[in-house]
Amino acid sequence: MAPVPTAPAPPLWLLAELTYRCPLQCPYCSNPLDFAGARFKTELTTEEWCRVFREAKALGVLQLGLSGGEPLLRPDLETLVATARELGLYSSLITSAYRLTRDRLAALKRAGLDHVQISVQAADAELSDRIAGTVSYRDKLAGYRYTKELGFPLTVNVVLHRANLHQVEALIRLAESLGAERIELANTQFYGWAFHNRAALMPTKAQLDAAWQVVQRERARLGARLEIVWVLPDYHEQFPKPCMGGWARAYMTVTPGGEVWPCHAAGRITTLRFETVREHPLEWIWHESEALKRFRGESWMPEPCRSCARRAVDFGGCRCQAFLVTGDAGATDPVCSLAPHRPVIDAAVAEVERAAAACVAPPTLTYRAAPASRALAAQE
Amino acid sequence: MSPVPAAGLPRIAPKARLQWDEVRKRHVLLYPEGLVALNETGAAILHLCDGSRSVAAVAATLTQRYQTEGLERDVGAFLDGLAAKGLVTYGT
Repeated sequence: MAPVPTAPAPPLWLLAELTYRCPLQCPYCSNPLDFAGARFKTELTTEEWCRVFREAKALGVLQLGLSGGEPLLRPDLETLVATARELGLYSSLITSAYRLTRDRLAALKRAGLDHVQISVQAADAELSDRIAGTVSYRDKLAGYRYTKELGFPLTVNVVLHRANLHQVEALIRLAESLGAERIELANTQFYGWAFHNRAALMPTKAQLDAAWQVVQRERARLGARLEIVWVLPDYHEQFPKPCMGGWARAYMTVTPGGEVWPCHAAGRITTLRFETVREHPLEWIWHESEALKRFRGESWMPEPCRSCARRAVDFGGCRCQAFLVTGDAGATDPVCSLAPHRPVIDAAVAEVERAAAACVAPPTLTYRAAPASRALAAQE
Repeated sequence: MSPVPAAGLPRIAPKARLQWDEVRKRHVLLYPEGLVALNETGAAILHLCDGSRSVAAVAATLTQRYQTEGLERDVGAFLDGLAAKGLVTYGT
């Protein structure tokens, strides 16, 4: 008997990507490769974002991430924060802190911002600026200081990859010295620019093991003083991650132009058509969008997921990863050891190990920037 | 054995916010990248944690309100759990 269709649970999280413009050029950026192409050329207005926040709150959202690109480039950020606070959304600013002044951050505090997350690309200025592709380390340190002085909770965000995994201890010590509440050590997830640069970014197993030893030791040392979040390097795991807690179950991303995605990478799945908040209310999209309904629940699952006990644990893993690696968004997440496409992942990992063992330099990185994006968009 | 009351006056940490969730009809304690869903008792406890009352005083107020006994141990354990996550602090 077919299951009775039920209304989806209300969403809890909204990631508002306010703009794809960014002064940094990190080669693992999760923004679309074609962010500078025709599909993404418009940005929602202040009024449109405020409406999205109102509709999100009415729908059940409680946590709001203000991200990008670089959200500080929106001159209306204070207005958006004030609206979020009025509505009772808990807001987190996710920023590079590039050219962030104390006055700007104080204005955001007055507007009701709750939490600040500032990225850093490495533990020292030379490497951090090289990975960011923009001189920004000094601004970040100033941003951390302002954040603490103004009484915000602080999260230090780091994306880990081959060129900075050896600095995990120094990064944790940096976060500790800054008085941060949390440090997010996110091993690179291969989407967007990171997928494009995968061969250069992927670490060796030995690097990952060494870093994980440090994390465990530092967790024991620091206890509750600093929360160390370790985002698993899923290519090196046996089972897939429970991506977003399941497709369109609790989380949504609204892109700068107003498309509603179940995560910040899903726009890459070209076989799905995503609705926009310019054409529909958010509530209608959450309930009725064919793209959001497509992989919600379990009925879409193929074998081996369909009969697997872990389907309630990992929800079949990540649809974006399935699409990028296999060309089919409905395939079992290829990082799963039970997936028919796991050999593709194993081959990518083995290639990196072989190159590292032979001391072959990693391929050149493509930095995230508008000209490269336009060139890549033209290729597609 | 009687429980040892936590020293100090509990209050919600600055990074956390107690709020009513109209959609799910419950109180929640929001904090960076997460939330704690509260039952009615949990919400009542936190509403009293304004930094002016001891754990014993919070428990006494609730004992009176709900006409029940022996709340202090439960209130203390609940608040210690939140304190371990940095969501409640004990001041003086």
